[in-house]
Amino acid sequence: MYNPKSLDTLVGLFVIIGIGALFFIGMKVSNLASYSNNDGYTITARFENSGGLKVRSPVSVAGVRIGRVTAIDFDNENYESVVQMQIEPQYNTLPDDSSASIFTAGLLGEQYIGLQTGASDEFLTHNSEIEITQSAIVLEEIIGQFLFSEKEN
Amino acid sequence: MTYSHLGQNLKMITFLSAIGQSVIANLTKTGRGTLFLKQTLSCTFSVLCHPRLIIKQLFSVGVLTILIVTISGLFVGMVLGLQGYYILSDFGAEETLGVMIAASLVRELGPVVSALLFAGRAGSSLTAEIGLMKATEQLSGMEMMAVDPIQRIICPRFLAGCLSMPLLAAIFSMVGILGGQLVGVTLLGVDEGAFWSQMQSSIDFYDDILNGVIKSLVFGFVVTWISLFEGYDAIPTSEGVSRATTRTVVYSSFAILGMDFILTALMFGDI
Repeated sequence: MYNPKSLDTLVGLFVIIGIGALFFIGMKVSNLASYSNNDGYTITARFENSGGLKVRSPVSVAGVRIGRVTAIDFDNENYESVVQMQIEPQYNTLPDDSSASIFTAGLLGEQYIGLQTGASDEFLTHNSEIEITQSAIVLEEIIGQFLFSEKEN
Repeated sequence: MTYSHLGQNLKMITFLSAIGQSVIANLTKTGRGTLFLKQTLSCTFSVLCHPRLIIKQLFSVGVLTILIVTISGLFVGMVLGLQGYYILSDFGAEETLGVMIAASLVRELGPVVSALLFAGRAGSSLTAEIGLMKATEQLSGMEMMAVDPIQRIICPRFLAGCLSMPLLAAIFSMVGILGGQLVGVTLLGVDEGAFWSQMQSSIDFYDDILNGVIKSLVFGFVVTWISLFEGYDAIPTSEGVSRATTRTVVYSSFAILGMDFILTALMFGDI
């Protein structure tokens, strides 16, 4: 039989390895490390079609991720998709005439919002809205149009 | 003719009574099991005041199971890496290997396989230990000395089982992911950066990992409950103890796989 001292040590080691494994899974495997704290400011944009955009999809400028989509709602009156995104607080100098488009990373990759910066001196602030937007490209629509025009020719 | 009639009637009645007997036996057993669980849970607080009892059981239930869990996790992860690579390379999507390995381990294989191993390694030994204690009348001896066997013997083992199962499942998943990385990145040449970064962007902490931990907690609860109750309820002979041990493994495996389906449907499906 093991003596009590080494038994305690082994149990302690077991608990620490277990919690360490949980920590490893949390930090290294999942997106917990990239969860931004909730400060930052929210902006909205209206799209005719937000395609396959999801909550927590990235928002990027010049290829750098500056925030995430926090909500996607449907506007009952204008039949548009209202996308809310949270931008990290250090990126607070986006011109207010910036435009937003929905892109796809690669041919089959996930969709994200790309912001093209404008030239205005005013900056986007909390709850401001991006006026100029470009909808997601829905692959099926393009194929449909292509087939249709082929037929007409 | 009348005799054969009588014989058929008798057969019918014995058949019916056999069904009735087994239903009643199963129902009373379920009831005894529930009462047993209630008694065990009601002792929780007083046992928590004596952590030494739990530590001793954490050793025999948890520490001694680490080895089998680690080795199985390593091999499961390595097999996932190999199989996933061959399937994904058909689509030119080797970079998603990390996502595949991590998602299947964290959501399903980690909790389920480690719970099955736990039932085989720790659950059966719990049943045998308690069954033998009952067969050698140690439990009734304790009652004679006004020591509550549930509080002294059962409850520490129960808590140790519930506590060690999530830790074992986490160790299993971690080792499995590392094994998958070993095969996928080191042997088959998947890009290491893509392996980890795709994994991090697709695995959600709350949706995937916390649900996996909840699953393993539930499995630990159920497996420990079944194995302790089977031991406590065993017929106090050597044959009875051996049967109880078999039942522990069989029932635990059924319970784990069935509950896994229900939990998955509740957590990941839109039911």
